[in-house]
Amino acid sequence: MSDTAAQIYHLARRSVVRQARQPANVVAPVIFPLGLLAVNSGGLQPATMIPGFPADRFVAFALAIPFMQGALFATMNAGTDLARDIQTGFLSRLSLTPVRGVALVLGQLAGVAFVAAIQAVVYVAVAYAVDVHPASGAGGVVVLLALAIAIAIGFGAVGVFMALRTGTGESVQGLFPLLFAFLLLSSMNFPRNLIEADWFRWLANVNPVSYLIEGLRALIIDGWNGEAIALAFAITAGLLAAALLASALALRTRMTRT
Amino acid sequence: MSAARGFRHVALAVAWRTIHNVLHNPSLLFPGLMFPLLNFAAFAGGLSRLRHVPGFDYAPGYAGFQFCFVLLQSAAFGGVFTGFGIARDFEYGFSRRLMLAASRRSGVIAGYAIGALVRWLLTSVVVLLVAFAAGMRIKGSAVDFTALYLLAIMVNLAFLCWACGIAMRFQSVQAGPIMQTPVFLILFFAPVYVPLKLLQGWIHALAVANPLTRVLEAVRNLLAGTPTSEVGVAFAVAFGLIVLLAGWALLSLRYAEAKG
Repeated sequence: MSDTAAQIYHLARRSVVRQARQPANVVAPVIFPLGLLAVNSGGLQPATMIPGFPADRFVAFALAIPFMQGALFATMNAGTDLARDIQTGFLSRLSLTPVRGVALVLGQLAGVAFVAAIQAVVYVAVAYAVDVHPASGAGGVVVLLALAIAIAIGFGAVGVFMALRTGTGESVQGLFPLLFAFLLLSSMNFPRNLIEADWFRWLANVNPVSYLIEGLRALIIDGWNGEAIALAFAITAGLLAAALLASALALRTRMTRT
Repeated sequence: MSAARGFRHVALAVAWRTIHNVLHNPSLLFPGLMFPLLNFAAFAGGLSRLRHVPGFDYAPGYAGFQFCFVLLQSAAFGGVFTGFGIARDFEYGFSRRLMLAASRRSGVIAGYAIGALVRWLLTSVVVLLVAFAAGMRIKGSAVDFTALYLLAIMVNLAFLCWACGIAMRFQSVQAGPIMQTPVFLILFFAPVYVPLKLLQGWIHALAVANPLTRVLEAVRNLLAGTPTSEVGVAFAVAFGLIVLLAGWALLSLRYAEAKG
């Protein structure tokens, strides 16, 4: 194993173990979105009576939302954990070693991927439990899990960047309302073509979160909608690339070796 | 100093401090303001097509329908956010000093309640202006609208008492989820998106059993200018909540006093 790979392995192991030792970090991102799913799918079931609504049951339409909410929690967890490393001086001690920045960031994201995988499996299990069978079949479930984990890693990288940039857990937590606003002002509750208010439809159109949700949703209610799925993966890749680049720049300042 | 005067002095001092802190600290002011506005934008903007669902008939429009929910939500969370401040006061040791100095300690709860009310009134004005901009029409009379706001004020007071009780018992900001989650649940188990009659299954059963449903339905009827006997029931429910949760807050105050 090369030095960098060994560094990534050790930091990833630390990140995964750290997540596993904080049940609140694993349980909250699973329970909270499922609670919201239950409330919304009950309260918004009448929306399926609107002509052109793409599902007979709102729960099927809304199942994509927990994956996105889980990704938001991943952002917070990844950022808060790294901010704690900065505040407790762990990162300063680490900067005395030959560890590479890429290992630090990728190691941190391993914990995010771990939690995201658990979340995604639970959400898929819940889908089957409420008799929602993804239209894309077994292969689609695999793609759904991959997309959900990729989205969580992308948002996790944003959390890592925020932690490196600000260095405090409070600042990372302060990001949550902003990210939640992206979710609320998207096509999470209604398909974009059925949104009546022009200003809201415009917001949903320019909001990249809409396309992430629609990629996940396509696999559940449409089947193999190549355009929606490809768009979701492309936006995730773009988000991840931008966040990693920004993190690399922030890391230069944060881990200045004198 | 008479008991009533002591109570008033403590209440006004705590209220002034609470309001001063909120107005001078954007990180305390903005979440309470943004949260209902975002919800209003998402619900009134994103879900307005729900007004075409068969059986949905509400004269003030979907913006008005959601304004009522967001108004009550902001009132309830105005109380909860003030509860965070109370918990913080305990963490930093301010409350211990306050308890020593206060001649009538129940005035502390009254002070926080006044602070929560002023804080929420600011939020409610902004929400109201945004609702007007979004096309809300008020069909009720001035009396109806006053009654609507009175119900919201009662909700604010009730949930302030709830959060105050939790803060005084746990004395830590970490108790935040215990303050928020039940309030969140009771709000969202009411008929948020469509009228009660259009809900079906378990969510309908929960909404019927939820006391806040009575208040929400009454607020919507008042805005529409069609108050029914339900309004009286809603006031009774809100009053009952206040009595119950004020009792909880006072018990928690005694607990905090005993803890020292």
